[in-house]
Amino acid sequence: MKPQVLTGDHFINGDEACAEGAIAAGCKFFGGYPITPATEVAEQMSIRLPHVGGTYIQMEDEIAAMTSILGAAWTGVKTMTATSGPGFSLMMETMGLAIVTETPCVVVNVQRAGPSTGLPTQGSQGDMMQAKWGSHGDYEIIAIAPSSPQEMFDLTIIAFNLSEKYRTPVLIMSDEIVGHMSEKVVIPDAKAIKTVSRPKPSGKKAGFKPYRPGPNGVCPMPSIGEGYNVHVTGLTHDERGYPVMSVDTQKEMMHRLLNKIRNNLDDIIMTEDYYLDDAEYVIVSYGVSARTSYTAVDMARSMRIKAGLLRLITVWPFPENIIRNLAKRVKGFVTVEINMGQISREVERCAGSVPAFGVGHPGGAIIPPEDVINMLKEAF
Amino acid sequence: MKYWRVPLDSNEVQVSRGKVHIIEERCKGCGYCIEYCPREVLEFSKAYNAKGYHPPVVRSEDCLNCHYCELLCPEFAIFSVEAIGEGV
Amino acid sequence: MKNKSKPDVPHPLEDLVRMDRIPHIWCSGCGTGSVFASCLTAIKQTGIDYRRFTMVSGIGCSGRGAGYINIDSFHTTHGRAIPFASGIKMANPDLNVIVFSGDGDLCAIGGNHFIHAARRNMDLTVVCINNFTYGMTGGQVAATTPFGAKSATTSAGNPESPFNLPLLAYAAGATYVARWTMLHSRDLADAIKESILRKGFSFIEVLSPCPINYGRRNKEKALDALRKYQKNTIVKNGANPAEADIDFDKGVILGKFIDIDKATCDESYRKMYRPQETADKQLKTG
Repeated sequence: MKPQVLTGDHFINGDEACAEGAIAAGCKFFGGYPITPATEVAEQMSIRLPHVGGTYIQMEDEIAAMTSILGAAWTGVKTMTATSGPGFSLMMETMGLAIVTETPCVVVNVQRAGPSTGLPTQGSQGDMMQAKWGSHGDYEIIAIAPSSPQEMFDLTIIAFNLSEKYRTPVLIMSDEIVGHMSEKVVIPDAKAIKTVSRPKPSGKKAGFKPYRPGPNGVCPMPSIGEGYNVHVTGLTHDERGYPVMSVDTQKEMMHRLLNKIRNNLDDIIMTEDYYLDDAEYVIVSYGVSARTSYTAVDMARSMRIKAGLLRLITVWPFPENIIRNLAKRVKGFVTVEINMGQISREVERCAGSVPAFGVGHPGGAIIPPEDVINMLKEAF
Repeated sequence: MKYWRVPLDSNEVQVSRGKVHIIEERCKGCGYCIEYCPREVLEFSKAYNAKGYHPPVVRSEDCLNCHYCELLCPEFAIFSVEAIGEGV
Repeated sequence: MKNKSKPDVPHPLEDLVRMDRIPHIWCSGCGTGSVFASCLTAIKQTGIDYRRFTMVSGIGCSGRGAGYINIDSFHTTHGRAIPFASGIKMANPDLNVIVFSGDGDLCAIGGNHFIHAARRNMDLTVVCINNFTYGMTGGQVAATTPFGAKSATTSAGNPESPFNLPLLAYAAGATYVARWTMLHSRDLADAIKESILRKGFSFIEVLSPCPINYGRRNKEKALDALRKYQKNTIVKNGANPAEADIDFDKGVILGKFIDIDKATCDESYRKMYRPQETADKQLKTG
């Protein structure tokens, strides 16, 4: 039996680090379905969960995997699933249910090149817009993008914390390269790991309203069997959780769901700067492409181009204000990502009159830093 | 109900007797309770309830408190309770 | 109508019903409410604390069941009640998990989940209301619509053959399989109670009329359907599910077909993966 936190230095890949992060965060249930390149997350969870009194189940498809973690979450435990593009598509149905029922859970997408079956063993960042808009209807989602196995560990813990705090699914938008890359991962002392659990109700159980929000817009969440007799539905519902088919109820529910994220952006959004203070040209990147971008900044600086990097650790909600503020003082933006232009559109939208370009890639390989330099030279 | 003989223990054994309660405003008039009451205790009322259905009314005192109407009713609109002190 | 006063005692199932949501959406003559009443009666009869229960439904008319029961209850997406319930059961095996849903939800869009939960012997009580159609959307052909029957999408009759659901459940590995009609309320309540008290994947098909969206097109009033349930059915416990095709001319077999003892998914998992806990539990419970 291994402990919950494997304190020490490890040489493991990103998928395994993600699983260790989940276990360290207190995850007790994983509903899985094998898919390259995310399978190692499931494998590691199947080995590790029994050590901490948790449960792994391999479901019949990704729809069931995602649905099972919602059911499990209502018993009071932290839950997770992991997949890649084709499975992510199948999970989109239940993603909506998780959002509207405010069920905390963590979904890992180790992205591979698409569309469809695509390049199963080769990386991509092609599901970034799907992460935001893949399920039907309007919603806000939290998506974070790790750039290294170490971050697969660290950010998985943060993903669980955000998911519990805001009662919403949190997506870890990794990719095949980070998932399969082995690097040194330092797992700290258990005491040094901060974990957060969902807000719990207190007080009278009779007449309890499960969707009456607390001060930060998040509702305290009872578990099955605690005697609160909650009803949870994917239909538009009122504070009692009862379906109400009215425009007013829809409006009230939607505003609260959107605002619990929108009103807490400072708490949710994480970014990292690299040579940004005096930058004239801002490279915006995330995930594995940020690694390209660090090198590109170094190369640009050696050529006396004043480039800097804004690395998005949180991709959704999109750090609009940071881009808008940068746009007041910089000459241009270049977004680097392994897709044909997804987050670059967001940057362009927020850049206003400042020129914004994208360095894209159809998927299957890392973008060479030279491509970024060429774009900087061509465009500016 | 006719008996051809009175059981020896008839003083001790009480045949259950029921009293039917009908919550008229819940009724949607499907008529299942009327059709399937084994003692034919119920019939459609002539009057309408607020929803526009004819709820059942009790037409005889033969209810044996079998609770079948209670189980079958899709609307939680009918049930029986033991009629205390009315044993045969 | 004369303004009669309400009875001075409440309906005996009211403690299990969200009375603030009554009247429910089910049409006059729909059998879902009857099946629901049988299900609540069964829960009551087990004598188990209501907090040890949870109900999960999918989408459709019968999928609204979870919205009316006054326990922790979940109205999930279309077809996904079983995987949601499986997540609950695996994460907290102490709960009695009842899946209350319809034929389209459980066996068409949710068919894959259904057979896999049966295969795993997931410890769930699955009450499947079979009304032979997609009632909520207006009566389209279903995977259970009889051959030749008319529906909103088969105006000249259904060219396909329906599932024999007890056979499907049995073939997939269900350890308890029964079929009743909504008219057989007592047998149905007994079957649900028995399923709750036993371990393993229990499947109970309940035939139930949809007079508005199925009956209307097939010249069958609600009471006509009930008369068929009464007269053209044969109770045959232990019958071979392979003979359980639904053909009212031939006579439809009802009863408890299968009841097998087998370790459940959560039991086997705990025994193999968390043996210490199993040992501790045995020690505690003797």
